Amino acid sequence: MIISIASGKGGTGKTTIAVNLAESIGKNVQLLDCDVEEPNSHIFLRPEFKSEEAIYVPVPKVDMEKCNLCGECEEICQFKAIVKIVDMVMTFPELCHSCGGCMAACQEGAITETKREIGIIKTGKHKDIVFIHGELRIGEAMAPPLIRQVRSYIDPGMINIIDAPPGTSCPVIAAMQNTDFVLLVTEPTPFGLNDLNLAVQAVKILGVPCGIVINRSDIGDEKVTAFAEKENVPVLMEIPFDRKIAEIYSRGDLLVDEIPEWKEKFLELYDKIANIKGGQYK
Amino acid sequence: MKELVVISGKGGTGKTSLVSAFAAKAENMVLCDADVDAADLFLVMDPAIVSENDFWSGCTAVINPDKCTQCDVCRDLCRFNAIDETYTVDSISCEGCGVCVYFCPEKAVDFPENNCGNWFISDTRFGPMVHARLGVAEENSGKLVSLVRQEAAKLAKSKGLDLILTDGPPGVGCPVIASIGNASAVVIVTEPSMSGKHDMERVGKLAAHFQVPAMVCINKYDLNLDISREIEAYAEKNGLIFLGNIPFDPTFTKAMVQGRTLFEYQPDSPAGPAVNDLWKKITEILQSTN
Repeated sequence: MIISIASGKGGTGKTTIAVNLAESIGKNVQLLDCDVEEPNSHIFLRPEFKSEEAIYVPVPKVDMEKCNLCGECEEICQFKAIVKIVDMVMTFPELCHSCGGCMAACQEGAITETKREIGIIKTGKHKDIVFIHGELRIGEAMAPPLIRQVRSYIDPGMINIIDAPPGTSCPVIAAMQNTDFVLLVTEPTPFGLNDLNLAVQAVKILGVPCGIVINRSDIGDEKVTAFAEKENVPVLMEIPFDRKIAEIYSRGDLLVDEIPEWKEKFLELYDKIANIKGGQYK
Repeated sequence: MKELVVISGKGGTGKTSLVSAFAAKAENMVLCDADVDAADLFLVMDPAIVSENDFWSGCTAVINPDKCTQCDVCRDLCRFNAIDETYTVDSISCEGCGVCVYFCPEKAVDFPENNCGNWFISDTRFGPMVHARLGVAEENSGKLVSLVRQEAAKLAKSKGLDLILTDGPPGVGCPVIASIGNASAVVIVTEPSMSGKHDMERVGKLAAHFQVPAMVCINKYDLNLDISREIEAYAEKNGLIFLGNIPFDPTFTKAMVQGRTLFEYQPDSPAGPAVNDLWKKITEILQSTN
């Protein structure tokens, strides 16, 4: 089972849901932090990290001894990452999407691949929860290749919880694509609703079943509930605004540890998802 | 002309609510919404659209089954697993690299340009506004961010306005990098939580990396005074200008529900004086930037 926790709007409580759901399930579960631009799950689960590896993407390297300045590399590159300038071929690794096109197009075998670091992945454990942490290098623009690397740790025999980034563009898609269920965390405000609508559209394009968690459920208006009904997306959980919950969050503590009745509610949330998926997951 | 970009690292700290409140105070200003992924500023600004434009960017491969001989060259070369066993391209997975187009011996792959969204020039009650809507699940948000910023700069120049106030996206990746490059300064809006502090530190490093002067303010600072003090200390130690604190104030949400700025909804809200002070400090600091 792969559950991704997404939202459209940032700061609605994705990480809160992800870490408390993982903590409540406790066993046979792993958390993959795919919000690689601003990963936060480790703050709450405080895993003991056992390994750290740098993640690289391939980028071209040109051997000017072999290059005959034919310009085919520049021709194929859609991203202006390799350019012929007078009698030189220059590469711009930060623009490269690692498609390998220039290397394949070069007739002279003048292009090989070297690598560019985009971030790191750390793995470890918090109690019995396996923890995978992706962290984008500061100054690096491209999150999706790192998100795909974090996702390569998915274990089909376990419950995999993905903490996804906000938004609706490529990084979120990379986190939600090919998952079993998307949990959309929102708040009942005009901003929350607008971004939830975008997120629901994105999930529909991907064809993944989804449900909604309304956080701070009493701060705004009723329009999110009405929207959920209209779109036929179930509201699976509501968390009212409570200064105590906000304070627990602010300290980086777990809601289910501090207020144990929430553990039952998170387990119910998982049961609801498993019921929607049916069959093997019940 | 100055450009101030409001960012946060962590989402949901109050960027858009603060930009709206600043807009109510600012003069001779163009508003720019650079959070093209989840654009919300229009919900408060109620813009009257003056011009609407398509945003074309990048291409997606489409295999013509009549020409395809199923030779597998494309599937062997595609690094994004975007072509399935029926020789259909998954447009979501397609990176738009054109490798299949270039190498197909039958010239069976079309490569149409994508309409990735729209961008707008509008009028609002506070001045003109440039904003955009990235198509859902589309790529190239960084390019659209650069485009709206360029258009905002053009507009400011043509109308003789001396400030661009830009609502930025969360995170530290592609759209944020596109939002802050060559800006006069950024304001980082954070909140007193371990997550807020962690994310503020990362986006502060990003601003330093691109040599953009960065100011920091803490929204809802009274939710955790210890962490607020830590954030202030971190800012001062790391070359970030600490602007001040805003108290937790539900008026922000109430104003948002009504589509108003903080100052329009309730001129004497608890957060009002703090936001006023911030804006004064920001305008002074902006004068000293390039």
